[in-house]
Amino acid sequence: MDMKATKKKLGIKERYAHMTRGLGWEPTYQSADAVFPYDKYEGIKIHDWDKWVDPFRLTMDAYWKYQGEKDRKLYAVIEAFAQNNGHLNITDARYLSAIKLFWQGVSPLENYVVQGFARAGRHFRGEASRVACQMQAVDELRHYQTQAHSISNYNKYYNGFHSQRHMWDRVWYLSVPKSFGEDALTSGPFEFLIAISFSFEYVLTNLLFVPFMSGAAYNGDMSTVTFGFSAQSDESRHMTLGIEAIKFLLEQDPANVPIVQGWIDKWFWRGSKVLALVGMMMDYMLPKRVMSWKEAWEIYAEENGGALFRDLARYGIRPPKGWADACEAKDHLSHQVWLLFYEYGGAAAFHTWSLTDEELDWLSAKYPDSFDKYYRPRLEFLRDKHARGERVYQGTLPTLCTTCQIPLCFTEPGDPTKISHRETVHKDEKYVFCSDHCQEIFGNEPEKFVQSWLPVNQIYQGNCFNPDVDPTAPDFDPLKAVLEYFKYNLGRDNGDFEGSEDQRNFAMWRGQASKN
Amino acid sequence: MSVEIKAVEIKPLRNTFTNVAELIGGDKPASRYQEATLGVQATTNMHYRPTWEPEFELFDPRRSAIQMREWYDLKDPRQLYYASWTIQRAKEQETQEANFDFVESRYLHLSLPDDVKKLSLDVLLPLRHAAWGANMNNNELCSRAFSEVLISPAIMQAMDNLGIAQYLTRLGLLLDEPEVLDAAKAQWMSGEAWQPLRHMIEDSFVVRDFMEIFLVQNFVFDGLLYPLIYDRFVDDTLTSRGGSAVAMLTSFMPMWFGQSSKWVDGVLKVAVAESEQNKALISQWTTTWRDRAVTALTPIAAMAFGNSQETMMNEVIEQFNARAKKLGIAA
Repeated sequence: MDMKATKKKLGIKERYAHMTRGLGWEPTYQSADAVFPYDKYEGIKIHDWDKWVDPFRLTMDAYWKYQGEKDRKLYAVIEAFAQNNGHLNITDARYLSAIKLFWQGVSPLENYVVQGFARAGRHFRGEASRVACQMQAVDELRHYQTQAHSISNYNKYYNGFHSQRHMWDRVWYLSVPKSFGEDALTSGPFEFLIAISFSFEYVLTNLLFVPFMSGAAYNGDMSTVTFGFSAQSDESRHMTLGIEAIKFLLEQDPANVPIVQGWIDKWFWRGSKVLALVGMMMDYMLPKRVMSWKEAWEIYAEENGGALFRDLARYGIRPPKGWADACEAKDHLSHQVWLLFYEYGGAAAFHTWSLTDEELDWLSAKYPDSFDKYYRPRLEFLRDKHARGERVYQGTLPTLCTTCQIPLCFTEPGDPTKISHRETVHKDEKYVFCSDHCQEIFGNEPEKFVQSWLPVNQIYQGNCFNPDVDPTAPDFDPLKAVLEYFKYNLGRDNGDFEGSEDQRNFAMWRGQASKN
Repeated sequence: MSVEIKAVEIKPLRNTFTNVAELIGGDKPASRYQEATLGVQATTNMHYRPTWEPEFELFDPRRSAIQMREWYDLKDPRQLYYASWTIQRAKEQETQEANFDFVESRYLHLSLPDDVKKLSLDVLLPLRHAAWGANMNNNELCSRAFSEVLISPAIMQAMDNLGIAQYLTRLGLLLDEPEVLDAAKAQWMSGEAWQPLRHMIEDSFVVRDFMEIFLVQNFVFDGLLYPLIYDRFVDDTLTSRGGSAVAMLTSFMPMWFGQSSKWVDGVLKVAVAESEQNKALISQWTTTWRDRAVTALTPIAAMAFGNSQETMMNEVIEQFNARAKKLGIAA
């Protein structure tokens, strides 16, 4: 018998092609359009799916091996964290607000895109692109679930974590990320890819993921930072998918360029609005600060993003329309959002507080052009009132931008003293926006955005009360009824950090753990 | 004697998230599976209709004709969440990898009798496309399903299907030159024996009801194919003819089928027990697709088993019918 192995040795690329694109076939018993019904209506033209360059070459056996190893380590840390009361090692219980914001507003998005990537992973005609999307789908499942398991321990001891799922569908500020995610999921598969893989994962992820995870590292949150490190290699894969996706679309047909440019304009702007929450978190919620929002924006958006768009110029792509306005906002965004949440602190499921002089000084130094002039005086005024026992809580409801759904709190480009406000009349109805760009996004897809479920409007229409309440009762308190509909534990989830149950418990437990 | 280390004990304020507590009968300590899965999908106040399917809401149980008072009753008895899934698969792939190494290092693939090798390649290699079809269906299931108890195992199942397609590809590359993959694909596309199967799988690609997709792929197709191919063809026929190397190279598949059947049975049993209407619909789908699948697999059984094809097919059908009956399905 001939025992010689004279077989051709396949290169990695060829071998991987057999493992992915070689598996698919052109259907003949059903038309390809019936099997793949969603990849034409957006107007994107693909002539040759084989030109898709695999962004990473990972077969399932290797995937299981790496991911299994990573999760064994990650869960050992989660376990140890829970067993040893790791939550008492964080810098200060105020830090918990950052994690609450992440769990309430970011984790559900991880879960959302599982289905989005599964849809793309089923419905693109090119097998190789599908496999890349599928891996991201199952990675995103990992991210949601590992976050649930890390945060499970915080939920046992602190408020604001318990009803994340219920709140996501109802709470006013969570409609910002929710509408963002649903906008992407309800789009066609190509727009979804540009929205999430390119605009979010590639251009903006360093402004979301890195600040939260670095914040965790700086503030002694072993559980979250371990998740962060563990997810890093997944995130790198997701970023390479984003850049491959956009190059592929742009190279396939010149007619794709204006469509893709429109999506970049839209999703960059929408993403930058969602990131306002991150800005607030970085500048205000971290007891031990990593860097300012402005610094993060300059490094990750202006430098990295600038280089990216210079690189994409050869395809005829220019920087997103909202670029200059978003860059100008770096001096203001975090302060305006914090002030909003401070004043609406009675209606948020995390705590806000008055800043110390040291913290105000830090912000003055980081924001020499804006903080002392526009924001420090207001924060000091609010702090003084609080000290006099007159903590400011807004009782009236704000006007929401129809597109990004953030209350109108941002100022005009070029004039930080004037609230920016735009209006469009569409089919005899008036719609309000926070900016030119949100107005334009609406104008491009009015049929979509007239559907926006705007929490404030819904509250006024009486749609945000539990079914058993009677709004005609003489003692009816509408604000309380709405907060109950949100499933807040009133006085425990919301309000100022000073005097909160989280503050008391953390101090007491830390005392128990560190003193005799 | 036991050693007891003392740790500072702090009484928790609550045991789990409210979406989990509501589904496990109150605030009790919850498992990792429960916290990863129960009540997780968004359910209300959705903003926009899907541009790709405006007749439905983004998350909408009406994408299936099956009705459940509580979709979260359709739990996975394996209680898999991502970490337990990937850690388990990592172990299993290690075994499978060791099998590949064993076969290769001892030249077992070269010592296969020629006719056995040919038969193995003829029957198994086109099935990498069937596994890819399963991957497509489970991605579709994941993207269309209502409730996280279906979404989450569906994407894991889809990735398992891809893993299987890749193991079959590796088998082809080990036993022969890469051209055998092209030859197998040509068979898949136009070989007479494969057309009924490919036709059926392509028809499953246009099914839109997510519970029907679940049933067609994971219960009916897999439920007939795996016992026929991996239990009877690979483990019996090939092994008895000196082809145990092939059994080693595909040991993942029957093991995986045993596990995934637990999920499939768990879901179907509860869905059938929910109502007469569900039972009738599931029974009807099962009958229709089973009869179709039997026709589709018959020419492949002829190729694999020659004269004993009828006995083999009948055994597999009987086994499938018994399984269906146990689940309360009248098919």
